[in-house]
Amino acid sequence: MSEHDVTLTVNGRRRRARVPARLTLVDFLREHLRLTGTHAGCEHGVCGACSVLLDGRPVRSCLIFAVQAQGAEITTVEGLAPEPGALSVLQDSFCEAHGLQCGFCTPGMLIAAEALLRTTLSPSEAEIRDAIGGNLCRCTGYKQIVDAVRLAAERLRGSNLAGAGHD
Amino acid sequence: MTEPAFRYIGRKRRPKEDRRFVAGAGRFVADLALPDMLHVALVASPYPAARIRAIDTGAALALPGVRAVLTGEDLAQATDALLSGLDIPKVRRFPLAVGRARYVGEWVAAVVAETRAIAEDAAELVDVDYEPLPFVIDPEAALLPDAPLVHPEHGSNLLYRRTFTWGAVAQDFAAAEHSLSFRARWHRSATVPIETFGVIASWDAQARLLDVWASIQMPKYPDQLARALRLPGNAVRVHFDVDVGGAYGVKRGIKHSVLAGYLACKLGAPVRLIEDRLENMRGGDAHGPDRIFDVAVAFTGEGVVRSLRLRALDDAGAYAGRAPLQLGKPVGAIVGPYRIASVEYEAISVTTNKTVQEAVRGFGQSPTNFALETMMDRVACALGIDRVELRRRNLIARDEFPYTIPSGSTYDSGDYHAVLAKALDAVGYDALVARRAAARAAGKLAGIGIACCLEPSGGNSAFEPLFNPKNETTTWMESCSVKVDLSGTITAAMATSSSGQGHETLVATVIGEVLERDPETIRVVHSDSLAALPSNSAVGSRMAIMLGGAAAGAARALKATLLAIAAHNLGADTAVLDWREGGVRLSADPSRALSWEALVEIAHRKFHLLPPGMAPGLQAMHVWEVPTGGGLPSADGRIQMYPCYAFEAHVVYAELDRDTGQVALGTYVIGHDCGTMINPDIVHGMTYGGAAHGIGAALYERFRYDANGQLVSGSFMDYLIPSAHEVPNITIVDHYTPSPLTAFGQKGSGEAGYLGAPAALASAVNDALATLGLGVAELPMSASALGELLAATARPEEKAP
Ligand code: FES
Ligand code: FES
Repeated sequence: MSEHDVTLTVNGRRRRARVPARLTLVDFLREHLRLTGTHAGCEHGVCGACSVLLDGRPVRSCLIFAVQAQGAEITTVEGLAPEPGALSVLQDSFCEAHGLQCGFCTPGMLIAAEALLRTTLSPSEAEIRDAIGGNLCRCTGYKQIVDAVRLAAERLRGSNLAGAGHD
Repeated sequence: MTEPAFRYIGRKRRPKEDRRFVAGAGRFVADLALPDMLHVALVASPYPAARIRAIDTGAALALPGVRAVLTGEDLAQATDALLSGLDIPKVRRFPLAVGRARYVGEWVAAVVAETRAIAEDAAELVDVDYEPLPFVIDPEAALLPDAPLVHPEHGSNLLYRRTFTWGAVAQDFAAAEHSLSFRARWHRSATVPIETFGVIASWDAQARLLDVWASIQMPKYPDQLARALRLPGNAVRVHFDVDVGGAYGVKRGIKHSVLAGYLACKLGAPVRLIEDRLENMRGGDAHGPDRIFDVAVAFTGEGVVRSLRLRALDDAGAYAGRAPLQLGKPVGAIVGPYRIASVEYEAISVTTNKTVQEAVRGFGQSPTNFALETMMDRVACALGIDRVELRRRNLIARDEFPYTIPSGSTYDSGDYHAVLAKALDAVGYDALVARRAAARAAGKLAGIGIACCLEPSGGNSAFEPLFNPKNETTTWMESCSVKVDLSGTITAAMATSSSGQGHETLVATVIGEVLERDPETIRVVHSDSLAALPSNSAVGSRMAIMLGGAAAGAARALKATLLAIAAHNLGADTAVLDWREGGVRLSADPSRALSWEALVEIAHRKFHLLPPGMAPGLQAMHVWEVPTGGGLPSADGRIQMYPCYAFEAHVVYAELDRDTGQVALGTYVIGHDCGTMINPDIVHGMTYGGAAHGIGAALYERFRYDANGQLVSGSFMDYLIPSAHEVPNITIVDHYTPSPLTAFGQKGSGEAGYLGAPAALASAVNDALATLGLGVAELPMSASALGELLAATARPEEKAP
């Protein structure tokens, strides 16, 4: 099995590793870096639980090999909070609206919503549903997730520091 | 009824659990890593039925990094068969197939290696010599005399059959003005959590202790695991502090756990088995009910339903699993929310060469509700009575509670008419009817769905003795312990794991309510199974009732202790004391008081101030039996199934695309009454989610088998779980009828939404199809199925008038 060097930035921290060519990004994040917040629900690109931001765009880390992320900037759910022990406005809004139950799809949902809120702070319900439309949740029926994203957008609009707590 | 004022219960409060999940700090089983952990991959049968002639493991074992290859024969020598709910000793089930594979995907061998990738590579090198055998995948064909036998030793494909007759069915049918009959089909689907099942087992040879971390939601899991592994009960320690990524009934990987546990003991290293999606959907033994209903109903010209004959034939799959018992639980609500005087119920469980079933949300109730509601729609249609009006005429009235149904269960409380009225009000029913008329006038296929359904809650296992007289289990307790430490903070311990239901929030809220302490400050832990008090886990929509009741009981005991300490030290009788936020004072003279801190200090440090005979420290536990539980069934099969009955009324608008057969959902309102809600956001969330799950079962989700016995929907590409695009914005309208049986009037709600949505969607689609003279009584009503149905009928404008 061929091995390759890969260097990438994860949640602002530079990481270098030697990995098998076939290692997926989700396995790299979970098993090598022990960033277990990113989950694997299907490993065939449908559920979205493995979503991370790659250079700012949401991608399915089960469909990418770690070596393909060479040079990339990755943000996982662990990287959303402004500091350890704190929560971003989006994360806090998920708590306020109870936009989750078992929490398994939640990291992927947060990543999808984060990507949306980086493009607009006035998303319509349809835009929110579109943004999370590729992420499956079996617990919530999506209602409180939509509420949570809408609440986060409202709060971020309301704070003069739009984007505070993001990045 | 107006809701009583509670301090914390029923108020908007953030669930305690959410914070760790949004931070990415949940602790799911796949997140754990033990040193030198080994990984399992599985070899699955490609045949629906085959004799296993030989298994050559040589090439797999030769691959570097491979530590073991285990076959069914080896495992069956060393372990006991998995328990079945029925008295069918010849239908034996082990984690790996023994001698014969009985469905596509059945695990035939397990490969253990240093990484999962190596294990998967090696699994492909295991060479199994199969002799394909005749198979059967249709449950009715399985009952024919010449059908291939799934378990030849058992002598038949029939696992269970019993006809129950409750009341004067024959007379009621003979006397009725009208009757009708129909067949309804509920195809195989399941709950399919986004997290697959996973387990890690680690054996300490010195301590002789098996540690287990699992994504589990299963009654008596530690006990069953120990028995199968032939270990003493206290040699298995299950860690219930593992977050479970969704369960809704199916997370019962007992076969996975026996396999991993055995391998951990044998190899002396931690062993991890995390299903991949295909293993989960084909071989994870987590399919759900697969049912044919034959329904006959007798009714008057006014639409009053008198009697019901219900035959339910369920395809269990290749082993009994929990499937047959899922025919038993609906006995407790066999007439739904209706006043039906007599019932005949024939329950039939058949084995075929399909994946094994597991408990699925509602334990058979949702398919039954679908059959009952289809029946109500058909009666309305036959008489030309409005479907809402027909239901009103048959719903049990609020002053009839407690109400005992023919099969022996007593419904605790309810106001079904009020909930239905609220739902119709919220939806703007008249306007919705006008909208349907306008849509139809514009040539659209539009329909309104109505469903009135029950959620029996407070999970008991009364179906076990009902379906297996050798099983005399009538105890189905739940427990909680609470302690106050020296610093005065409260810690409660529950005895099972959670999968999104917010149990930590439930326990903290209830204890906070009783002791008047802020739930925010109360910590709730999940004990491991050796430290834990007895539990029957979060099944049967029971935790608000049972864990809530246990927590309330423990908190009340603690309060009684503190009051006794106060009474002793204030020289007063407890009757003249007031409890205020954990402190105690004389009602008549509030200046004479002892604070929470002072009382805690006495309990922990000042034995000389304790009442004589009182134990030091501050701790209490409460273990309680399901209210109304404890009885065995009568000879004719009457039994109190679950104690509490929540009610939901669904009203939904749908339009069908004539060309594609696709169903688009519009306005959707659910009137819901589960008594007191401990945390409304949690209850509503489960109801939305349950409805979404029901929408999936009604329209999209099906484990489909082809003529070769192959599962053709074993991934998320072909087993379609509804996304945010398919699930509409549902409105829930709450109603409040307390249960007289529970600590705060609460009922269960973990199955809400799912118990009515399939029935409601079937009702809506049929309402739309009726304009073409068509109907459908088969779920899921997939676009392809509806498309075919529509294609077979010319458009009205193409028809001759
Ligand atoms: S795990 Fe990547 S999309 Fe499901
Ligand atoms: S919260 Fe459980 S799957 Fe979304």
